[in-house]
Amino acid sequence: MKKRNYFLSCGLALSALVFAFIVLGYFWTPCDPMKMDGSVRECAPSLAHLMGTDKFGRDILSRVMKGAGSTLFVALGTVVLGTAAGTLVGALTGYFGGWVDEVLMRVNDALSAFPSFLLALVLVSVLGPGRKHLLLALGIVFIPSYARIVRTEFKRASVQNYVKSARLMGASTARILFVHILPNIWPVLLSALTIGFNNAVLAEAAMSYLGIGVSPDEASLGYMLSDSQAYLAATPWYAFGAGVVIILLILGVGLIGEGLQRREL
Amino acid sequence: MRYTAKKIGTLLLTLVLVSLFVFFAFSLLSGDAAERMLGTEATPERLAALRAELGLDKPMLARYVDWLVALVGGDMGVSYQYRLPVARLIAERLRPTLTLTLFAFALIVLVSIPVGVVTAKYAGGWLDRIVTVLGQLLMSVPPFFTGILFTYVFGLLLRLFVPGAFPAWADGAGAYLGYLFFPALAIALPRIAMTVRLLRGCILEEAQRDYVRTSMARGRSRGDILYRHVLKNTLVPLVTFLAMTVAELVAGSVIIEQVFSIPGLGRLLISAISNRDAPVVQAVVTLVAFWVVVCNLAGDLLGRRIDPRLRYSEEGRA
Repeated sequence: MKKRNYFLSCGLALSALVFAFIVLGYFWTPCDPMKMDGSVRECAPSLAHLMGTDKFGRDILSRVMKGAGSTLFVALGTVVLGTAAGTLVGALTGYFGGWVDEVLMRVNDALSAFPSFLLALVLVSVLGPGRKHLLLALGIVFIPSYARIVRTEFKRASVQNYVKSARLMGASTARILFVHILPNIWPVLLSALTIGFNNAVLAEAAMSYLGIGVSPDEASLGYMLSDSQAYLAATPWYAFGAGVVIILLILGVGLIGEGLQRREL
Repeated sequence: MRYTAKKIGTLLLTLVLVSLFVFFAFSLLSGDAAERMLGTEATPERLAALRAELGLDKPMLARYVDWLVALVGGDMGVSYQYRLPVARLIAERLRPTLTLTLFAFALIVLVSIPVGVVTAKYAGGWLDRIVTVLGQLLMSVPPFFTGILFTYVFGLLLRLFVPGAFPAWADGAGAYLGYLFFPALAIALPRIAMTVRLLRGCILEEAQRDYVRTSMARGRSRGDILYRHVLKNTLVPLVTFLAMTVAELVAGSVIIEQVFSIPGLGRLLISAISNRDAPVVQAVVTLVAFWVVVCNLAGDLLGRRIDPRLRYSEEGRA
């Protein structure tokens, strides 16, 4: 009997909702997120303003939708950058081995002991503010951990029979790596990817909360949270609105990751 | 012996790599410190004099070596921002961060081990399910948001502490720890969830082993087997994980200090980064790296103390 995988289905449903909410924010928001309306300052959540308004009378739901778009952009970009580079490095070192592999893995060992968040923090502070720099910094520090997972899988696959026979049949190395091995190890990589995505969301939010790597015109969820803290007593719903979206985003993808891991068992 | 030597080698490599990374990133990309410090008062002569004073006129690699040698001798340089020795700045801010980290670690150990054992013992039951779902949820909440929630609920509504008013150590350990309890819990919660999941997984995996089945066949009780055999075998992965956790709590502390206005290393680091205070950033990051590698090494060595098989297998290969 196949047990139902609630993690996967719940995660997919939740993520679909949150992603739809955020993507919608790129095209349409209930109010203009920048418009200040003096008549509705510091309003608690109501039908007109589902998440209330801030002290300038701006609609928080609209602002959260825009801010979440920024967070999502950085997180997705980080995952794409880190995955592309990490897969390439991991595939080559895992498949070929040799001294390059040895050296890279030593460096990797040394770096992976250090909290990657701090490395990204330093990197982004020297690159300067802006979403693109944040994305670049987070992507770079994401590469080592991902490359390690990919490497292990490629190393394991490289001695298996289907790879040997592909080699005997004269398939090119690139074909073996990306047409034969990659699809076979995809499930493992996918669950590593969900973890990477969540780390990126967390790191982006934390970074913009600290005010490093953001410019105020690209307000993201973390930036909104730090902004909201000053008005916590007057407009607590501001903080909750921004925080809940981060939580749901991470929860959805986390459930997918958990579901993927359980499916293999 | 060989093992320890190899580990210490990796440890030193980590320190050198991390400090090199920070040093070069800062020197390459953050512009001329002398120009920034003098601002509008800059004249070519004064710039040259200040660069010479700060050692900025030398090539980068020479500066790195100078810095490293001084660091080994205990000299961390002088902050651009405060014009004070970095070592003194760090010494003043070490206590809150260290207390916060150890406090959070104590919470993690005290909560997650019993919970992990109980959920594994009653795996599949209602308690286990509740904890699993709760754990997923806790892992999804960023600690700084938990911190904001705590500030609102416990600080503003229940008035258990005054947000932003961090008590001095001299006011008594009670007030000090009382204030630190909430930030410590905020960074501990997601880690507690992770530790519970790891421990539960390890116990369940270990329970599949043959020796467990044999013991059961001999009529020993499940509890007896769990506490006397299975738990011992899950100690090594647990210790390794916890060592990693202590190391990463420092990174968590950097953020949470900002939420609760705690004058610790994290706030020093953030302000140094914002002001491009290279000596402070380098020193703090290297210090954190040192903390991280020492924790990992301690975890490794402890694991080998606990499980002799790890020692023998290594010696057999050597």
